[in-house]
Parts: sequence; structure tokens; C-alpha cells
Amino acid sequence: MQPPVEYIPRIRDGYARLGYPAYQWVINDDRPPWQPLGKPLSACRLGLIASGGIYVTGQVAFHFRDDTSMRAIPTTVRTADLRTAHFAYDQTDARRDPNVVFPIDTLRRLVDDRVIGSLTEHAYTFMGGIYSARRVREELVPRLTERLLAERADIALLVPV
Amino acid sequence: MSSAVDITTAVRPPRAALLDFPLGHTTGKAHAPELQRAILVAALAAFETLREPGGLLRLPFRWSEEDTWKETAMAGGDQRTARHDTPQYQEAEDRARAAAPVAPRCGVCGLRH
Repeated sequence: MQPPVEYIPRIRDGYARLGYPAYQWVINDDRPPWQPLGKPLSACRLGLIASGGIYVTGQVAFHFRDDTSMRAIPTTVRTADLRTAHFAYDQTDARRDPNVVFPIDTLRRLVDDRVIGSLTEHAYTFMGGIYSARRVREELVPRLTERLLAERADIALLVPV
Repeated sequence: MSSAVDITTAVRPPRAALLDFPLGHTTGKAHAPELQRAILVAALAAFETLREPGGLLRLPFRWSEEDTWKETAMAGGDQRTARHDTPQYQEAEDRARAAAPVAPRCGVCGLRH
């Protein structure tokens, strides 16, 4: 069994071969914020946030140049109506079965099975290939937080790619 | 959840469940609903079992016996597509649907439902 892939050095080396300057990764040394779970998981309303560029046919798709917009996807969505638009990961399997990066059928099943209490009315998605961490922090995160609070989420599940 | 241990460790989210799968499969393999369910049940348990800020839960699932995918992941040439600044639709019909003047649309998601 091989250890987990170290992506930071591999991406750094890849960018160097292309002649790009070194990417400034987000490194947080401070203690993360912490909120203990106030009730059992089976009573919690869960909000799903995914960065794999998922949209629903009928919505405007993401673009690939630091798109900091988000899409609200009804959690009653037909899985067959889900699409992906992202420039930096292999979308082959995500387009065959969106649940690999947007686990909507799985979560609906876990609600039916009483593992979690409920889902927020919408899941929220974006195209995570945004090279400016500042723009994510200032433009995207406040809107995501506002939406989860408005929909009374108790917990958030973040699914990057 | 995450499949990039070093990136997630650097970011230090309050809680993280790590799935050692190739990128693009953060919550499982395609068309494997039982595996997807088991992964998510194990990951969500972190909400109840992790008690310290920055806690990491390493999920026990394996992509394959040999782990050969790890040798090539992000190790070759640049696999990214061009960074177009216009919407990049998966299907041509999606573009037409997004432009269609259907009303009324939901104020939150922009769809009719």
C-alpha cells in the first residue's frame, strides 16, 4: 500500500516545468474555528457544498477564469439533469455518475434511512479552479455562508475535487 | 471531505474525512451506490467522533489493491483545458436551455420548479 499522493510538490514541479511562478498555497497555522455538534446527526439539516463545477441543465454553466459565482441546485433535482464544467480534473466519471463529486442520491438515501435529519432546500456549487484564495474568501465564502444560514443548515458537507 | 491529504492538512478545516482515491472521486466510484453510501456514512460519523479542531479521519477504503494510480496522478504534463472566460457547457442543449426565456424562474436557483 502506497502512502497518499503529495499533490503540493507534484503541482509545484508541474508548474515549474511550464515556466509558471510557484503557487502560493493556503497554509493556516492558527487553530480552526470549532462548533461542537449540538444535536444527533440524525436530527441535523445538512447543507452540501461542492466545488466540482456542477450545474443543472437550464442554468448558466461556469467559466474557467477565476469564476467566483455559485449555483443553487434544488436538492430534489433529477440526477440526470446534472452537468459539470471544470477545467482542472478528469470529469469522465463525474459525468457518468455525478454522485462521485456531488453525492445527492447518497444524501437523499441517508435522509430516508434516518442517518441524517434532512437536507437544505438547495445544495451550492462552484468551479473550484479559482487561483485567488483572496477572491474565494472575500467573494464566494460570504455568499455560501449566507445561503446555508438562510436555509437553516446545522452542518455543512464540503466536497472538493 | 478530501482526497488531497497535504492540501487539506495545510488548510486545516475544523474537521476532515480523507478518502485516498484519485481526484474527481471525492465521494466514491461511479455507479457504486453501496460503496458511495458506506463512504458517506463513515465520513459523516466524523461530526460525532472528532472532538478537537483540525481533527482528521482517514477513511479505510482503497481504490485498488496496487495503488498504481498514485504513480501518475498529477505527475505528467498539464492536463488542464484552456481557461475560457465564457460559460463552458457540457452539452450544447444546455446553452439553449439557459438562454430560453422561460418564466417565472426561481429567485434562488434560476430554474423553474
